[in-house]
Amino acid sequence: MKINFKITLVLITVSFILFVFFLSLGQKSQYDTRDLIGKKIDNFNLKTLEGEKNITEVDLMDNEYTLINFWASWCSPCRAEHKYLIKIKNNLGLRILGVNFKDKNKNAIDFLNELGNPYSYIVKDNSGKQSIKFGVYGIPESILINKDLIVVKKFIGPIKKEDLELISKILKNL
Amino acid sequence: MRLIYTFLIFFSFLFFNLFAKDISTKEAEIFKNIRCLICQGQSIADSNSEFSQTLKLVVKDQIKEGKSKEEIYDFLIEKYGEWIVYKPTFSKNFILWLLPYIFLLLGGIVLFLLIKKRENTKTN
Amino acid sequence: MLSNTGNTLIFINIILTLSIIYFSFQFLNKKKRNFGVKKFVELSLYQTTLSLIIFFTLILGFVFSDFSIENVYRNSHTLKPLFYKITGTWGNHEGSLLLWINVLVFFSYLFLLFNKKSNHIFLIYTLLIQNFLILGFLLFLFVNSNPFSLVVPKPLEGLGLNPILQDPALAIHPPLLYVGFVGSSIYFSAAVASLISGLTGSEFAKKIKLWVLISWCFQTLGIILGSIWAYYELGWGGFWFWDPVENSSLMPWFVMTALLHSVMVLEKRNMLYSWVIILCLMTFTLSVTGTFLVRSGILNSVHTFANDPSRGLYILVFLSVMIFFAITIFIKKNKKDHYIFSGYSKETFILANNWFMAFFLFTILVGTVYPIFTEVLTQTKVSVGPPFYNITIIPIVIPFLLLMAIAPNISWIKDRTNNLKKISFLIILSILINSIIFHFFKSMSLISNLIIISSLFLIFYTLSDFFSSYKKKIHLDPSRIVSHLGFGLLIFFIGLNHNFSIEKDFNIKVGEKKSVENFLINFESLNLIEKENYKAIVGTFRVDNKKNSNSNTLSPEIRIYSQPETLTYEASIRTRLSHDLYLTMSNINRTELYNIKFQKKPFMMMIWLSAILISIGGFLRIFKK
Repeated sequence: MKINFKITLVLITVSFILFVFFLSLGQKSQYDTRDLIGKKIDNFNLKTLEGEKNITEVDLMDNEYTLINFWASWCSPCRAEHKYLIKIKNNLGLRILGVNFKDKNKNAIDFLNELGNPYSYIVKDNSGKQSIKFGVYGIPESILINKDLIVVKKFIGPIKKEDLELISKILKNL
Repeated sequence: MRLIYTFLIFFSFLFFNLFAKDISTKEAEIFKNIRCLICQGQSIADSNSEFSQTLKLVVKDQIKEGKSKEEIYDFLIEKYGEWIVYKPTFSKNFILWLLPYIFLLLGGIVLFLLIKKRENTKTN
Repeated sequence: MLSNTGNTLIFINIILTLSIIYFSFQFLNKKKRNFGVKKFVELSLYQTTLSLIIFFTLILGFVFSDFSIENVYRNSHTLKPLFYKITGTWGNHEGSLLLWINVLVFFSYLFLLFNKKSNHIFLIYTLLIQNFLILGFLLFLFVNSNPFSLVVPKPLEGLGLNPILQDPALAIHPPLLYVGFVGSSIYFSAAVASLISGLTGSEFAKKIKLWVLISWCFQTLGIILGSIWAYYELGWGGFWFWDPVENSSLMPWFVMTALLHSVMVLEKRNMLYSWVIILCLMTFTLSVTGTFLVRSGILNSVHTFANDPSRGLYILVFLSVMIFFAITIFIKKNKKDHYIFSGYSKETFILANNWFMAFFLFTILVGTVYPIFTEVLTQTKVSVGPPFYNITIIPIVIPFLLLMAIAPNISWIKDRTNNLKKISFLIILSILINSIIFHFFKSMSLISNLIIISSLFLIFYTLSDFFSSYKKKIHLDPSRIVSHLGFGLLIFFIGLNHNFSIEKDFNIKVGEKKSVENFLINFESLNLIEKENYKAIVGTFRVDNKKNSNSNTLSPEIRIYSQPETLTYEASIRTRLSHDLYLTMSNINRTELYNIKFQKKPFMMMIWLSAILISIGGFLRIFKK
């Protein structure tokens, strides 16, 4: 009897391990933070592009929703997503805070002059260190927050056409 | 002879600073424990990616501010999730930390019983 | 044309393997036996030759840059140096599978050759099982991972090979490892054959001893070479990262080491047969598991091949069939062992060795697969990295070193000598030397102190064994002395390296200086150079040692390759026996700053030499035969 118990234990353990391996075959191994939502964005203080004033989290509490978009003139996917940002501003009336990441003022302004300015507020993060506070790890990246400054959705990489619909849905569920 | 041996042992123990820490700098130790999120299996100490460079600056600042290792790790875990630290938190992953030693203990017990059994069989 | 040749030959090889299996069944069913073992030797020779020809066919495809072959297209380029074109053959998934098969058939043939004189039933059972393994891999190759699949229309140029893989150490590393853990297949098959045919006990030990030894030696070398390559090529100054792929090669190594020692007990005392069988089965099982983890894409690692879940599925099915088959045979055929041994005997110490090996193996296995389990079961991703492994394993290495020192002198059956005096004296000597290091150089943590002490103890004890045997003209086993000494030295130097390393990460511009402890680092200049297949930014750094006025020039590079477009960072390493100076440089985009990592790493050379010494011990024993 004792031997049977040991053997059954071994067989069950082995089967379990193999089964878990099987289930894991579908998963992707590269990590991203898109599921890291529900946290509060608080305590930031960023200078605007021209340096004339500072934007903090208090400024965003008036909006039902705000989209925080991290971008730079030297980033080509940022170019690709820019037209969708314009659409978001015009069609959805959503306020966007643009955080210019590790960039030069002149280049940033040229970029906006060329492709349009979707931002209600533009700030800069020259060292990139402030963006860490938002949990950003690459650009472009966008974060949708509500009036309580809770992260509702994260967009890793450029905003795509499908994302517009998604955002529109979220906005309507007021 | 024995006296000399004992004396030597005590003498050498005097030099032990039992509470000394391994001196790799705090900075280097933290860098090695943080994962580069856009790389394939590298710490920010080893990676040259943009993200790693930025994160190293942030960590250096926080060390200067006097933050402890745990505070820095907690900060990063809050922003990026548990995946970013190479050392799994004990409270959430105690199975992982305890299992090897449980195994060691069980193995030791098995070994002990095995030998004891044989000794008993022999004396019988 | 090469593609068709290759495919045809693979197909023929499958048929040949099937026929070997068929004839084996015939042979084992005594009534239908109408040929001798000689025929099997012939067939195995054909199989081996055929496998080699298939391999050469692929190599030719690489050498002549035949880009109609998809595998060559993906992994080669006309501008690649010839040597790396050839070694690129096995630097990819499909080509490496071909290498797997070659090792499987080669070991099959050799085992047959070495044992053709006796125990034919056992022999042919081994051949049978081995050929099932071969068949499994041939089918995998043919159906899922065919190295000869075509690309139409034929591309004019290949996609090139990752420049990081263009390195001599990396070229030999897979073949060495494969002789190691793929070679373990032969004693897997032999173990099953032993259970079925009844050739057990010390006879079985004698049969597999050589193969365990060979696979162990090559596995050791393969792992070492991988570490050396990582140190010189990857540019991080480390040599072991507890990366899943590294762990996959280390896990079978622990089982092999346990097996190496247990086989001694089986041979000398005819005990532990069941345990030896389990170890034999486990080694190859772990090898295939490791292959699964690496190639299925479920783990995030620097080394992973390109992801393809279908490969993972095939290997998983193969692995499952293998495991359940082995367990079934074991349960059905294994008889209970009856043996007696005393507490204070070599047998017990070898069992203790196995206990430690099992612990190390288990810890690494748990650490490697834990993220997989948490992801599947709780949908969270957790990282398990060096801190876990170091904290868990290192304390246990301390008693292990002590054990390693004392055990070889314990007699078989029952030891009656009293080594206490010698042990105490050497412990004290070790503590003293450690205190000197501690006092005159640097403080270390308790664990570090104990590691240094116990490794010194192992070194001294082994050396004293050597000298006393030499004096008394007692016969000595040189391989044990050499390997154990090597291991002690390895841990000792790793301990020192860890505690006395200096490293600093900082950002500077050209012309600036940085002070790091007793070193002054001058960023003298930056130059652009152009080579055959890359451009490089070379930084010139003068490193002055303020303590002894020595000066070294280090030139790290940032290389820009064009085929494929990759950026690599080449470390500049100044090697001496006493320490290495290690410098890497990377640019910080859109600034004039460069991120510099400077390290002083003591005794790196000694670490490599000690590790190689361990494997030399093994080779000594092989050549004694």
